[in-house]
Amino acid sequence: MKPRSDTDNGTILRTFDVSKTFGKFRALKSISASFPRGAITSIIGPNGAGKSTYFNLLSGAFPPSSGRIEFESRDVTNVPQHKFAHMGVAKSFQITNVFPLLSTRENVRVALQALVSRYDIWRPRAKLPGLTERADALLAQVGIWHCRDRVAKTLAHGEQRALEIGMALASDPRLLLLDEPTAGMSPEETRVMMDLIVKLAQERTVILVEHKMKLVMGISDRVLVLHHGELLADGTPSEVRQDQQVKRVYLGQREH
Amino acid sequence: MNDMSQMMADVPARSNSLFDVAVRHRAVLASLFLLIFPLIMPFKALAANILIYGLYALGFNLLFGFLGLLSFGHAALFGTGAYFCGIAIVHFGLPWYVAILIGTLGGAGMAAIIGALAIRTRGIYFAMVTMALAQCVYYLFYQAESWTGGENGLRGINVHVIDIFGLKFDFLDPLTRYYVIAAFVILALFALSRILASPFGAVIEAVRENEARARASGYNVLLTRLLTFILSGAFCGLAGALAALHLSIVPIEMLHYETSGMVVMMALLGGMGTFFGPFIGAAVFMLLENLVSLWTVHWQLIVGAVFVACVLFFPAGIWGTILRKIRP
Repeated sequence: MKPRSDTDNGTILRTFDVSKTFGKFRALKSISASFPRGAITSIIGPNGAGKSTYFNLLSGAFPPSSGRIEFESRDVTNVPQHKFAHMGVAKSFQITNVFPLLSTRENVRVALQALVSRYDIWRPRAKLPGLTERADALLAQVGIWHCRDRVAKTLAHGEQRALEIGMALASDPRLLLLDEPTAGMSPEETRVMMDLIVKLAQERTVILVEHKMKLVMGISDRVLVLHHGELLADGTPSEVRQDQQVKRVYLGQREH
Repeated sequence: MNDMSQMMADVPARSNSLFDVAVRHRAVLASLFLLIFPLIMPFKALAANILIYGLYALGFNLLFGFLGLLSFGHAALFGTGAYFCGIAIVHFGLPWYVAILIGTLGGAGMAAIIGALAIRTRGIYFAMVTMALAQCVYYLFYQAESWTGGENGLRGINVHVIDIFGLKFDFLDPLTRYYVIAAFVILALFALSRILASPFGAVIEAVRENEARARASGYNVLLTRLLTFILSGAFCGLAGALAALHLSIVPIEMLHYETSGMVVMMALLGGMGTFFGPFIGAAVFMLLENLVSLWTVHWQLIVGAVFVACVLFFPAGIWGTILRKIRP
């Protein structure tokens, strides 16, 4: 948990003037922001604001067109996605993304295995110590232990989202990135998920992207508002709520 | 295709039902089957052929069924194994066991080259790139006439006696020859079963199931694909080497794209993504070829019809369908 430089004790992740263009479309325009360690930071904004693009840059899905990203004071701008889990950054996807034909337990077990053994073709995988037990513990933590033997694709939507978070937790990340974790969920499932996020944030930094502003105001320590690829506001939930520009952007827009 | 889900997962279950015990000892059971197989076959030479093409299909299926990449260029791996083994014997006078090793490594090496160029593509593009590269390999061997015999094939791979730890086996006797080849196929079966049950076997499945998730979990997807391709190449190279010894000649047709297409049919016929299905597929394919061609020269018509029927009505393949029926 120790940061690499003393000046960055309070910051886990930082972006410097990151931009992203797709062809001629400028999805993100020069965003500079820093994310405090140990907090829940939410990135909100209307559709097409660039939230998902920003999220994908933060999680290393693709590199920015320009600018720099630092995780724990280390330049991670061009680090490939698969190394993120090993650095202590994990993510969940906006669209449910599990291993559909594997059992729920095997989903988490495989995620755990990534930190222990990736290229061993000879030892029986059943002999890797402790993975099944830790998989079960993670399933219990996200509340779907009772589904452990079911094939993942047969789980309910909310259960699959929980499974995904369980898999993200497998690397015991210091930073957990969640892309619209409640997308498509019923109100009841949403409530369970928000409780879970608050619980998880007690031990790690959480950054989440959310479309629904109301949902995150109550749990966030900090809120970034994106609009048309630009950073519109950055502050505590009450500061953001008072912000005139934010009001204008969200005014007249029905909140879900 | 949904029904295939159950059998697609190579899960070493912990329960003690007869089925699960059988799954855990699949390599032993498959080996026992190979030991009695020639006794129920009409021709011993055909039985040995089935062993070889069965192994070729098993190696192909590691990439196709378990990793989910359809290669249309596996003839290059099979053929390279055969030529390397043959060249080692004909041009360098090396002993047969060294030649088999060279053939196996040749298949793996060719897979490394083709794989390095092809693994960035997926789906139909992967199939096309592998096919194109395999055609390059075909012409390479075709042109290198002084080494490969070109159009006439590589002749003179004469191994009459197989000498193992002082025991001499008459390789000209069909049944003895079958069991010598079977010994290697059985070794390969155990290796394959072990790979599938290993941590890397789990990674192969994870990449097939969901690349993005596998990447986010910390797996290098491209490297996993390349290593699986190389392993597949080693099995196919071994099959090619055994074919060279069995036939005493390496015909250039072994590198032909029909040989690539055939193995796809075998894997689908038997059941992709099952441990032993591709072997069953190879057996059915070659039995049909041999038996129907006794009766008509249009044997491909019949084999094609069976294949189409199989794909339409038993998409899980012969072995896959049987497994589903007997799975508790």
